[in-house]
Amino acid sequence: MRLEAVQFRRKAAEALDNERLQRALEKFPSRFVDTRAAALAELGNTEQLRDAAADIRARTLRDLDAWLRRFERAAAARGATVHWAEDADEANRIVTEIARAHGVRKAVKSKSMVTEECGLNEYLERQGLEVIETDLGEYILQLAHEPPSHIVAPVVHKSKEEIAELFEEKHRKPRKDDIAELCREAREELRPHFLGADMGISGANFLIAETGSVLIVTNEGNGRLVTTLPRVHVAVSGIEKVVPTLEDATTLLRLLPRSATGQAITNYVSLLTGTRGAGESEGPEHCHIVLVDAGRSRMLGTELEPMLRCIRCGACMNHCPVYQNIGGHAYGWVYPGPMGAVLTPALAGIEQALDLPNASTFCGACSEVCPVKIPLPDLMRHWRERQTEQRLRPRRERLLLRLWAWTALRPRLYAVVARAVARLLHGLGGSDGLVHRLPGASGWTRGRDLPAPPGLTFHALYRKRRGA
Amino acid sequence: MNSRERILARIGQALGRPGDPAPAGIEGHLQSHPRGPRPVLEGDAIARFRERAARMASDVAQANAMTDVPGVIARYLEQQRLPLRAVCWPALTRLDWRAAGIQTEARAARADDLVGITGVFAAIAETGTLMLLSGPDTPATVSLLPETHVAVVEVSRVVATMEDAWDRLRAERGAPPRAVNFVSGPSRTADIEQTVTLGAHGPYRVLIVLVGGA
Repeated sequence: MRLEAVQFRRKAAEALDNERLQRALEKFPSRFVDTRAAALAELGNTEQLRDAAADIRARTLRDLDAWLRRFERAAAARGATVHWAEDADEANRIVTEIARAHGVRKAVKSKSMVTEECGLNEYLERQGLEVIETDLGEYILQLAHEPPSHIVAPVVHKSKEEIAELFEEKHRKPRKDDIAELCREAREELRPHFLGADMGISGANFLIAETGSVLIVTNEGNGRLVTTLPRVHVAVSGIEKVVPTLEDATTLLRLLPRSATGQAITNYVSLLTGTRGAGESEGPEHCHIVLVDAGRSRMLGTELEPMLRCIRCGACMNHCPVYQNIGGHAYGWVYPGPMGAVLTPALAGIEQALDLPNASTFCGACSEVCPVKIPLPDLMRHWRERQTEQRLRPRRERLLLRLWAWTALRPRLYAVVARAVARLLHGLGGSDGLVHRLPGASGWTRGRDLPAPPGLTFHALYRKRRGA
Repeated sequence: MNSRERILARIGQALGRPGDPAPAGIEGHLQSHPRGPRPVLEGDAIARFRERAARMASDVAQANAMTDVPGVIARYLEQQRLPLRAVCWPALTRLDWRAAGIQTEARAARADDLVGITGVFAAIAETGTLMLLSGPDTPATVSLLPETHVAVVEVSRVVATMEDAWDRLRAERGAPPRAVNFVSGPSRTADIEQTVTLGAHGPYRVLIVLVGGA
């Protein structure tokens, strides 16, 4: 997927002015926030589970090399071939070579964010392969030539009218306006592709070291079709997705669908191990697993290591007041919202995503809801600090911070300036007690009013109240 | 060095222990595969399974014994105005389908099969979930390609949690087969305007026939 995170400001402004998008985003609180809360409440031990889940992911990362080796051995013992890719390019080349080796012409694909990172579809198409996305949302986006705007609900930005128009144009069938009819039409369009594909490409929600299995969760059943019908199955996964045992995966499964869509469990959970067994008339004859690094190992042993615990549920973006207002496209890459604000600079480079770690009010909702307790605001702050150190912030911001620091080191001067500023702001407040326009900081007041402060500094107020 | 070695070396270095010392805890953790915290499940597991399966939009019917199963399924198919013709697991050929008026073929499913009949390896009360293992006599497509999936569940196969199901798998089979599929109701999508629609790429309806224990 093309990286456009540097255009965050422009894209965020466009998103705020996009009425269709704003209407689509209005549904977020009821569809994602309330359902998640209800699904977790019935467990009765959510906090205990979150601690256990965070611990499983953190412990596995501390021995990641050993777990990956163990996974590789177990997968190979069941007939799967494990490949290792340093970066997106290598991952794309590996999948292409697998396709060539098996004489593949058509591939069907279930949802995988790491292949979005790699731009795998475009790459395979350039090599002359037909690639069909089969998750309904991803299929719609492939028809529309658009990137996903959410990691779980990729087409959340589109209305059913837009989808109806798109289907009418691309399928050349009478327009359907009912959602169930649109779903059936997509099913009928995609069935022949499932049946005729030579290769199925999936992601992996978890890799199980104990059994050498790939575990995927889906609701539509397309993940099952993709990994059952074609004669070749290729699973592409980030190296961080490995977990030790089936029990560890089970603990994480109690939280993943609940955090993502408010479901106690997804309709399908599939544990896929190796190739077609003796006497079986179905299932892939060849199984390949591509482990992709693409910047992940560089995060280990740094402040960013906790980010590798992420299980891609999307709860952080669902609860983020910034994401809720601008949607996912403004973030300019595969991963939007708070997890994207941390991950995009880590994987794509700090200078490629300057605004993302700053696109947060630091309200902390993201880390409150994270099933594996990633301290997302701390990690965004990490990137803000690196930006300041590397002089990547605007000159005016750096100058103001230096000026503030210089003053703060001189308490008497600081007190004088603070008194003056408090009085000035108080004076700027109109009769309604609100500052409508701040000279030099109009960006803050363009869309909202600042309640005028009482005109006294904290010290002055403290003295006054204690005296009273 | 190839990519594999470079990636593993970089991880080892980042973790502060270059080389390949297999950390001591790993084999122990795999051997003991400890369970995480589980929710408190009150009451009878079978009642809980029935209630949760219904909540996942599965239809649930009751049969007193295995011999009653074909009749129960025939009545359901008639009610749903579905043909009395089905593809079924080779593992289920011992049942007398013909007496109930159902034409069955024991094989993997094809695109034009409308009804698929399977058994289960286990059924999980916590979430109302079916657990199916792939195999020559239990093809995975039978629960996937037809629009209607019928699953025959003997109550002795109902377990409380997924952890209990893993224990049974290890005890009875050792390692997992090519595919272990957990199925919780008909396939669904909420991709268009977050509106849940039943019947995406898999079955539109799931009937669970509970056998015994009523």
